[in-house]
Amino acid sequence: MVIESITALGIEDVIQLPLAGTAVPAGFPSPADDYLEGAIDFNKHLIRNPASTFALRTRGDSMRGVGIFSGDILIVDRAETVNDGSIVIAVVDGGFTVKRLRHRAGKTFLCPENPEFSPIEVTSPDDQIWGVVISSIRNHR
Amino acid sequence: MIAHFDINNCYCSIEAVFNPKLRGLPCVVLSNNDGCVVARSPEAKALGIAMGEPWHLIADKHRAANVQALSSNYALYGDMSRRVMDTARTFAERMEIYSIDEAFLDYSPGANIDKVGRELRATIRRHTGLTVSVGIAPTKVLAKASNRVSKKDPSRGGVFEWPDGGAGEQILCKMKPSDVWGIAGRLEARVAKLGIEDALALSTMPDELARRVLTITGHRIVMELRGIPCLELEEVASAKKSIVCSRSFGRSIESEQELVEAVAAYAESVSSKLRTQKLTAERIQVFASTNPFKPDEEQFHDSVGYTFDTPTNLSFDLIGIATRAAKSLYRPGVRYKRAGVMVFGLGTENATQLSFDSMPAPELERKRRLLAAVDSLNRELGRGTVRSGSVAADPAWKMRAKRLSPRYTTQLSDLPIAFA
Repeated sequence: MVIESITALGIEDVIQLPLAGTAVPAGFPSPADDYLEGAIDFNKHLIRNPASTFALRTRGDSMRGVGIFSGDILIVDRAETVNDGSIVIAVVDGGFTVKRLRHRAGKTFLCPENPEFSPIEVTSPDDQIWGVVISSIRNHR
Repeated sequence: MIAHFDINNCYCSIEAVFNPKLRGLPCVVLSNNDGCVVARSPEAKALGIAMGEPWHLIADKHRAANVQALSSNYALYGDMSRRVMDTARTFAERMEIYSIDEAFLDYSPGANIDKVGRELRATIRRHTGLTVSVGIAPTKVLAKASNRVSKKDPSRGGVFEWPDGGAGEQILCKMKPSDVWGIAGRLEARVAKLGIEDALALSTMPDELARRVLTITGHRIVMELRGIPCLELEEVASAKKSIVCSRSFGRSIESEQELVEAVAAYAESVSSKLRTQKLTAERIQVFASTNPFKPDEEQFHDSVGYTFDTPTNLSFDLIGIATRAAKSLYRPGVRYKRAGVMVFGLGTENATQLSFDSMPAPELERKRRLLAAVDSLNRELGRGTVRSGSVAADPAWKMRAKRLSPRYTTQLSDLPIAFA
């Protein structure tokens, strides 16, 4: 029987890296050792607004130019303001796509970061922009 | 002042947030084992699909109209409900989560609540993609009635504040007594016997008569209809769709043991409520949070949930899971101000498909009898006289859920795909 976590990301166990004090080869211990910190909590650093933050997984190569590769996890905050140049999740043809948002000549475009792909015009931004990508996670193993 | 909000077409709307193809299509969500319709999109309502209809009887008819039928995905609904409630929590000092998709907020006098109502609605929509309707009034019963108006009349922009005097009376005279919160069911027949045909007549009935025929509960509802607050914001609430037991602690709790004990007590209370109403739950959710109005203290609010393979109301199951959930919610050094247990995906005890049950019928029956004995001891000797300490074994049988959407927000393997 497994309790599934339903934290914002559904990550079951927060990975904790102990931030220990200085290694002391000799002499006096560091005075900072009295101020040992806790562990790094990546949820805290990656997620500003837990209620509005979601994770999505990418498929495809159109965003290689900004280092988003197929299979990466995107952290998406719906509360984040959408600006010209934001990397966004948009709804196109009933599915999600990740692209860079650009305002040009009174029009709004979803722009790929890969010359092999073409921009898509956004006709109803309120319905189409789902959230703003605030970071991406890639597994190197 | 009280604001009441609920999520419009909750389950169907949640499905559409993660599957935009569903937008604008008739969509229904089915009860456990894909039995009956438990939720409908506006388009499905327009087709005349009723709540509770057995899907297998109407499936052929509606397939032509492209009706999308989904299994209930309580892991997803529970997580999205948490996000909505966490967002709403920042809008008022006191909140009563009434069910998975609705809550009451308590505002101090002087707040510009119409503005707050609009901001609440806009913020929830932005955070979750879900639309809520908001009703604002001096009492809970009128706030519920206000919400009906804001839902029925789209020109209100999803927020309606109860008007004083004649305008309020006009709304009441168009409401049937059974449309009034708390009247449907037991009190409905008594009201009808008195010849009361609308909510206005109900609100003006003599106090003495109300107390005598409708009991104290009914009299309170009558008073609330007049704008006189009689129903406190409850931290223990029960509704058809879900049962919640949650409390603010008198003092902040810092030890794991205290948190676990509190949560176990709430789970016990929820499970005995389920059994009293002869209901079973499909999913349990446990939440804990710090005091959001003490920003200088470390803030924490989170919840964990678990979907039972077989719907249950057994204390063994509920307390066992709740205890483990509480442990996973515990962080050293965090000052907890509030915790709670919510169960949903409620069904009737008898409808729990015995033939599919993981437990051999005699064993289940023995457990039921044991629980009945425990319940009666607790009734006679005081709550908590007999408590449970064990967890049922893993049920091997899996529920039928052929049309289950992915657990988009709670499983890394189920994340929505963004095409790049």
